[in-house]
Formats: sequence, structure tokens, C-alpha cells
Amino acid sequence: MLSVSVDSVFVHKMWNDHELSKMVDGGIPFHMVSDAAGNVGKIYGVYNESLGVEMRGRFIIDPDGIIQAMEVLTPPVGRRLAETIRQIKAFQHVRATQGKEATPAGWEPGQLTLTPGPGLVGRVWEVWQPNQER
Amino acid sequence: MSKESSCAKPTGMVLGDASQQNDSTHPETNLPETEVIMSARVGDKAPDFQAPSYHQGEFTEVKLSDNFGKWILLCFYPGDFTYV
Repeated sequence: MLSVSVDSVFVHKMWNDHELSKMVDGGIPFHMVSDAAGNVGKIYGVYNESLGVEMRGRFIIDPDGIIQAMEVLTPPVGRRLAETIRQIKAFQHVRATQGKEATPAGWEPGQLTLTPGPGLVGRVWEVWQPNQER
Repeated sequence: MSKESSCAKPTGMVLGDASQQNDSTHPETNLPETEVIMSARVGDKAPDFQAPSYHQGEFTEVKLSDNFGKWILLCFYPGDFTYV
């Protein structure tokens, strides 16, 4: 886990020490990156030039360094961590099966996966229905 | 949304509000003043970077590719001490 904003490392320290450590025991365990000029945000497409800040961009990167998922929100709406964790678990499952299995919408660990192939074409409805998404 | 309560510091505005967008095209070239060089795409290698960081009481540096081999969650946000 890496977090990035345009704040300096000094402000990161103050935020951690005076607020975040009161929400998380022991303070923030990961690196809080300072991207003062927005250079990292620019290559990830989340830096807003006119505001001088970064949008709520979230990238899931696999062990090969490949970006598997991205989500970008404007500032007023917060994220849902549970959905990010669900996606990471789903990508980890797909990776563990070397891509032989795929996870349907809303998939949670332990639920049915799909094995793409000619036999499944037009027959997904037999094994998966929208009400299985929770 | 008032400036005082915005989560998009320091100027504060609702993104997409056309009345508040500034037109930053260059007067001579008619091209954007600033070149956006987004290169991150799903399915492609994550662009590497090295940057200063604060980590567990220390001021240090972090390099994205030093973490390859593990799953990485890279999260950007508007600013420390903002509300959301």
C-alpha cells in the first residue's frame, strides 16, 4: 500500500501524528508519498492542474507490476475499501488459476467462478443470475 | 460548495462546473498550456516513480518498482487534513 498526495512529508507527519494515529493504532503503516509537483499524479492521470491537487485515484498493481484495476473519483465522494479488497481477492483468484477461471459480478471468495470456453457461451444464465450479486 | 468546506483544496470547486473552469489554452498555439502525459492504463505495466515519503516516523524515499513481486494498492487523494 502506498498513498500519494501533493502534501509535503512534513505535513504527512503532522497528519499522521495528530489525526490518523487516533484512527489507526500505531499510525499509518505504509509509505505516505509526497508528490509536490504532481509528477506522479500526471503519469497516472489523476493530477488536476487548475486545482493543484490529485483526484481520488486507486490502482491495483499485480506482482508483475501490471495495473489490473483503476478507479478515479473527484474529491467530495469517498471510496469504499471493501470493494477494493473484493477486487484484489478476485484478481488474486484469477491469477492463482492462471486465468482459467473468471469471477462474475459481485464475486466473493468461495462463490462460484466461471470457466470461459465455448461450452459456456449463451449458458451463463444456467449457473449465474443477477440476484447472486450481493 | 463553499471554499471553506471543500475537499478539493486549496481553491475548492465542484469539478465539472463549467462556470468555474478556467480556459487554459495558449493564446498563440491554441494548444493546452500544460501537456498531460498520462501513461497508466489497465493491462499495462505501472509507470515507475521514486518520490519522498513519510514512513513510520522517518523521512525516506520510496520507489514503486521496489515493491513489484507483491500486490500493490496505489492510492491518490486531494490532501492531508481534508474531510473525506
